[in-house]
Amino acid sequence: MKILVCISHVPDTTSKINFTENDTKFDTNGVQFIINPNDEFGLTRAMWFKEKQGATVDVATVGLKDTEPTIRKTLAIGADNAIRIDTAPIDGYQVAKELAKVAKDGEYDLIIAGRESIDYNGGMVPGMLAKMLGYGFINTCVSLEIDGNTATAVREIDGGKETSKTELPLVIGGQKGLVEESDLKIPNMRGIMMARKKPLNVVEPIGNEVSTEAKKFTKPAPKGEVKLVDAENIDELINLLHNEAKAI
Amino acid sequence: MSILVYTETENGKFKKASFEVASYAKAIADQTGGSVTAVAFNAANPQELEKYGVNKVLHVENEKLQKFNADAYAQVITEATKQETASIIVVSQSANAKYLAPLLAVNLEAGYASNVVEVPNTEDAFTVKRTAFTNKAFNETAINTSTKIIGLSTNSFGVHESETSAEIISFEGAVTDENFKINVESVDKNTDKVSIADAEVVISGGRGLKGPENWHLIEDLAETLNAATACSKPVSDMGWRPHGEHVGQTGKPVATNLYIAIGISGAIQHLAGISASKTKVVINNDPEAPFFKAADYGIVGDAFEVIPKLTEKLKEFKANNA
Ligand SMILES: Cc1cc2nc3c(=O)[nH]c(=O)nc-3n(C[C@H](O)[C@H](O)[C@H](O)COP(=O)(O)OP(=O)(O)OC[C@H]3O[C@@H](n4cnc5c(N)ncnc54)[C@H](O)[C@@H]3O)c2cc1C
Repeated sequence: MKILVCISHVPDTTSKINFTENDTKFDTNGVQFIINPNDEFGLTRAMWFKEKQGATVDVATVGLKDTEPTIRKTLAIGADNAIRIDTAPIDGYQVAKELAKVAKDGEYDLIIAGRESIDYNGGMVPGMLAKMLGYGFINTCVSLEIDGNTATAVREIDGGKETSKTELPLVIGGQKGLVEESDLKIPNMRGIMMARKKPLNVVEPIGNEVSTEAKKFTKPAPKGEVKLVDAENIDELINLLHNEAKAI
Repeated sequence: MSILVYTETENGKFKKASFEVASYAKAIADQTGGSVTAVAFNAANPQELEKYGVNKVLHVENEKLQKFNADAYAQVITEATKQETASIIVVSQSANAKYLAPLLAVNLEAGYASNVVEVPNTEDAFTVKRTAFTNKAFNETAINTSTKIIGLSTNSFGVHESETSAEIISFEGAVTDENFKINVESVDKNTDKVSIADAEVVISGGRGLKGPENWHLIEDLAETLNAATACSKPVSDMGWRPHGEHVGQTGKPVATNLYIAIGISGAIQHLAGISASKTKVVINNDPEAPFFKAADYGIVGDAFEVIPKLTEKLKEFKANNA
């Protein structure tokens, strides 16, 4: 089984979010970048398929050279090959189109992407990629088993779960549940050394028009002071929630 | 010009988010001069949409489409868009809508903007305001394509009545076997409890609750307010609660009317995911907990003393205001 894991390079969850160039660009100054958490759950599940079912695992990222430390980390975790499509990611459609080319060329059986990236939260790439390839697609996937050519997947729905069966090739939008938090791997020294020798192939983008463009960024208005209510005076809280906030 | 909305149903009943997307589409129609067409699957009463400004309902009652299937539903909406020559399509951000919208975007070669929180600006370029960095910022996004898809964030626009009369037209929707690559085998849904996505009120518990055996306190309070229950990430990681209840930047987003956080410190990743909620209440015994900076109302106190009292008082309040 050949697996492709799509990796997005995103600011660490604790990053201060600031903008430059007249609030048109995200300010990367002093920001730590990480593997998008949803993608990391998928990558870890892919490692399980590698260990238990002999799968090969490639990773692909649409991004410029600054994404390479993040890509190296995926190799240190255990991916076999990495592909970097050498262009800045602009919108979901463009990223999906670039990935579709790589996915088609590589004839993968299973493509794992994250449900959404934590920077732009678009939630677009996995579904678009599946549709462009004409493969089946399961979003918000919290469990995935592969037996021969058949996949059994569980999807999180509003208020529950849905189990389905399908044939490979398949694209999933993954998240926590594919593996547990405690299954995530911190690369060891050996992994890091090996990652240096693994191929990181840089490929030219096909280049295509973007359908959406991020223009200006703004920040939410600062929040007012919290109103503290005495623990002995619950009636006051109910009064505020009912009459002031109109929340109950 | 026609604006198309996907109005989701559950067991034949429209979800509240369907009335919200309809209201939003009506606002765009008022601004740009157009009409609103809804696509509804298996609705018990499609006529109901006319209350929210929908002029026409394409009602799909195809046997094959009784159950949600993202690709098949996207195919039907694609057909409907073409038939109506609609140039704007509005969907909610429910799990199912988020599932089908990217498929629809490829079918229609349409630009798709998700997490939109305001009516578009159509003056110069067509731009929408959407959240980015999990509610830590907003972004104005231009949609450059002639067909545009908007994913409207839950509770960002609200439900607005605008009585009109709607024509109900039966719509076939040409689906093929190709659209049914995914075979849904079973659905496991807690039907007697409201989901986090649909709830008006969410009661969320953190590590401060000490263990799963104390969750009856959260559940009793939730039941009093017909609320959904949620939790912080470590609580689900430790298996105290199911993963489906984990909210925050890496869990489910919450954009509810009232969010009550109990024994949750208010880490940045937690706050990001819940900050779109209108009113936030924190109950924590540590006055220095960061959540107090993000909340509207707070009680400094012990959860095990405060929750039972709050539940009790709310029951009285409900009884008096029924
Ligand atoms: C990459 C990444 C992603 C993350 N994503 C998320 C996410 O999506 N969602 C999320 O929630 N977290 C997320 N986290 C974790 C986050 O950083 C915090 O660790 C987590 O939110 C803390 O959970 P908590 O508030 O329940 O626990 P704690 O931080 O331990 O807080 C417990 C609180 O309970 C209070 N308390 C204790 N006893 C009582 C009592 N008797 N009565 C009242 N209060 C009491 C304490 O004062 C304390 O404030 C993420 C972390 C990382 C690194």
